[in-house]
Amino acid sequence: MTEMGTQSAPNAPRRAPLARFLLVLVPLALMLVSFVWIASLDPLRSFNNGAPPVEALTVERTVLDQSGLQLLVRAGGSEPMVIAQVQVDDAYWLFTQVPAGPIARGDTAWIRISYPWVLGEAHLVNMVTNTGTAFEHEIALALPTPRATVNQLVPQAIVGAIVGLLPVALGLMFFPAMRGVGPAGMNFLLTLTIGLLAFLLIDMTNEALELAAESAALFQGSAMVWLAALASFLLLMAIGRWRGAPVGIALAFYIALGIGFHNFGEGLAIGASFAAGSAGLGTFLVLGFALHNVTEGIGIAAPMLKARPPLWTFPALTLLAGGPAILGMWMGSLAYAPQWSALALAIGAGAILQVIVEVGAYLLRSNPDRQAALFSPAVMAGLISGIGFMYVTAAFIKI
Amino acid sequence: MQENDTPAVNPGRRAVLLGGLVSAGGAAVMAKGALSQAAPAHGAMVGHDMSAMSADPYSAPVGHVGGHGDMMTVGVVDHAANGFDPTAMLTDWYTGTTSTLADGRTLRTFEIEAIDKEIEIAPGIFFPAWTYNGRVPGPAIRATEGERLRIVFKNFGSHPHSMHFHGIHSARMDGVPGAGLINPGEEFTYEFDAKPFGCHLYHCHALPLKRHMHKGMYGLFVIDPDPARHPEHAVAAKSRQFGTPENAQWQELAMVMNAFDTNFDGGNEVYACNTVGHAYMNAPIRIDKSRPVRIYLLNVTEFDPINSFHLHANFFDYYDQGTTLTPTLKTVDLITQCQAQRGIIEFSFAEHETGLYMFHAHQSEFTELGWVGHFDVVEPTA
Repeated sequence: MTEMGTQSAPNAPRRAPLARFLLVLVPLALMLVSFVWIASLDPLRSFNNGAPPVEALTVERTVLDQSGLQLLVRAGGSEPMVIAQVQVDDAYWLFTQVPAGPIARGDTAWIRISYPWVLGEAHLVNMVTNTGTAFEHEIALALPTPRATVNQLVPQAIVGAIVGLLPVALGLMFFPAMRGVGPAGMNFLLTLTIGLLAFLLIDMTNEALELAAESAALFQGSAMVWLAALASFLLLMAIGRWRGAPVGIALAFYIALGIGFHNFGEGLAIGASFAAGSAGLGTFLVLGFALHNVTEGIGIAAPMLKARPPLWTFPALTLLAGGPAILGMWMGSLAYAPQWSALALAIGAGAILQVIVEVGAYLLRSNPDRQAALFSPAVMAGLISGIGFMYVTAAFIKI
Repeated sequence: MQENDTPAVNPGRRAVLLGGLVSAGGAAVMAKGALSQAAPAHGAMVGHDMSAMSADPYSAPVGHVGGHGDMMTVGVVDHAANGFDPTAMLTDWYTGTTSTLADGRTLRTFEIEAIDKEIEIAPGIFFPAWTYNGRVPGPAIRATEGERLRIVFKNFGSHPHSMHFHGIHSARMDGVPGAGLINPGEEFTYEFDAKPFGCHLYHCHALPLKRHMHKGMYGLFVIDPDPARHPEHAVAAKSRQFGTPENAQWQELAMVMNAFDTNFDGGNEVYACNTVGHAYMNAPIRIDKSRPVRIYLLNVTEFDPINSFHLHANFFDYYDQGTTLTPTLKTVDLITQCQAQRGIIEFSFAEHETGLYMFHAHQSEFTELGWVGHFDVVEPTA
C-alpha cells in the first residue's frame, strides 16, 4: 500500500507545456462562453422586481477656489449614474460635469459649481440623481483649498518637520545617555519601544478603518486595510529575515521605516485636513504633539545601544522616520482621497507590527532566561510606560 | 441620502489640530491676513489664506464668474414626454360635459382616472407619481354654483385611491375609507351639488394620506358663483363665472403650489408651481398689461406646514378660499397658505412698465429649490 502510494506520484502523466497550456484554455474559454450566454439570454430576468438601480456616490475631493466649488465624485451604483441637479445650501445651482454624461460604476467626475461660498462658514452640497436620490456632502468649514505653490508648500514642510523630524531627532539624542545601561535597563527600553509601537499600531489601524469607511464601497475599505496591513507585515518580515533576524542598526532602520510609514500617514491626514479646511491649533497643542512623538526617537535608538552606529546613521534614521511626514503633508493636501490614505495607514500598521515582532524577538534572544525576563519588573514597567506615555500625551492632542 | 451621507474627508482629530499648525508655521502669510476684518476672530483661518486669495475674507469668493445669477436648475424638462405643460396647465380648465336634469338644473359630468406615471419634475429628475388623468396637479375642475356634479372615478393605479372634494356633500360621497375609496380596477361615481362657490380642491384620501398627497393626487376644484344668487355683487360674480364675456376680460391662471420628496426622506427636493421646478423661469407667463389677472392659488405642499405667494413690484387683493365676492385681504403683496388652503388673487399691471415681474414663495428655501417664476408683462396684443 505504502509502496503503491509512493510510486503513484512519479507515475503521474507528465504533459508537454503546450498541452498544459491548451488544457488551461478550455475552462477559460468555457467561462467566457457561459458569461456571454448568461449576459445575452438574461436568465435572471425573472428576478427583476422593478426595484430602481442601487446608487452610490462618494465625494473624494473638495476644492474651493475663486471659481466656486469643485467636487470629485466616484460613482458606485449598479448602473451608470446621472447627476441631474445640484443643490448648494438648499438651492439649485447651475453646474458642469467633467466628463459629462452618466458616470459608470467606479468612474469619477468633477462637479463644478460657480457658487459664491462664504469664508469660514459651512455649506451643504446635495447632488440629486435622475431617480431623485440625493447625495449630501457637507463642507464643514469653507476655506480656499491650498495649491501647490511655494507659499503653500514651505509652511507645510515646516509643519511636517515639526511633526516628523523634530521629535525623532530629539528622541535619538537620548542615545548617548541610554548607552551603557544594564540588562534590566535594556529590557526596559526595548519594552518601552514595544509599548509605544503597540499604541501606534492601534491608533493607525483605527484611523485606517475610519478612513476606509468613508471611501467608496467598491474599494471594500475594511478588507483592503486588513489585507494591506497583513501583506506589508509579511513582506517586511520576509525582507527583514532575508539574512537572519535583524538586530542592532538594521533593526533600528526597520523601526524607523515603520515609524516613517506612520508619519507619512499622519502627514496625509494633516494635509487632508487642510484640503478639508480644518484648522485651529495653539502653541500648547503643538508642544503636546512634539512630546507625544518624542518617544519615537527613543524607540529607534533602543536596539542599537550595543552597536557602534556611525554618525551618519542618526540623520539617516531621522530622515527615514520623520521625512515622510513632509511628503505626506504635500500629497495629502494636493491629491486627497480617503481610500489612498487608508491604504498608506494600513501599510504602516503592517510595518509597525513587523517591528513589534522583531523587537520582541530581539528582547527574547538577549535574555537567556526568557520566562524570568518576560515577567521582570523592568519589562512590565517598560511596556506600561510605553503605552501609558503615549496614551497620556495623546490626551494633549486629541480634541 | 442617509446611507451615502459620508463626508469625503475626515482626518483624524490629531490631524485637524495640526492643520492649524501650518497657520502657525505660515506666520508670514498670517501677517497679511492680520489686516483683514476677520483677523481677530478667525486668525487661524486667515493663516490659510493662500497666495491667490485676497487678504479680506469677504472679498475672497466674490470674484466668481456668474455668481448669484447661476442659481438655477440645469437644462429643461421634456413636457411632451410628461404629457402636460405647465404653461398650458395655467389656463386648462376641465369643465366636463353637461346635460340638463329633469328639474332643469345642469348636470356636469367629469371623468377622472387614477394612473401611475413617472414624471419629470425638474430637468433630469424623475418622480414615480400617482396622477389623476396622467397629470400633476390633476385636472382643474370647474363648475358653477348650484349645478349637479357627477364625477366618474376609475382607479387604474397600483394602490387604492379616492377623490375627496373640499365642498359640501354627504358622508357617502366623502372619498374616505368606506365612502368612495376604491381598489385598483374599481370605479366609483361621486355625486353632489356644486357648493359653496369658491376656490377649492380635491385630493386622494387613501391612507397614508401624506404619501398619497405628495405622490401627486390633488387638483383644483373651482366653483364659480352664480350671479343670479348674488345680486348685490352681480358684477364681481359675473366676472368670476367661466365663459361669460365679463370673465373673458380676465387673465385667469390655475396655480398649484406643490413639492416633491424625491428620495422619500420626509423633506422636499423640488418645490414648484404646477409641478415643474423653475417652469415659469424658463418660460415666463405672458401677461397682457391692459387686462386684470386672477390667480386660483392652491397649496398642497407636503411636509412643510405653509407655503406662500409673493408678487414683485405690485400688490393684490386676496379672497381666502374664494368663498366671498369681496376681498378678505386688500392690498397685500404676500399671502401664506397652510396645507390645502387656497384662495383667489386679483391684480393688475395696467399702470406698470412692461417687463419681467417675479413671483415666488417667500420662503427663500422654496424659492431657491424651484418655486419661482416670472410674469412677462407686455403691451396689449390687440
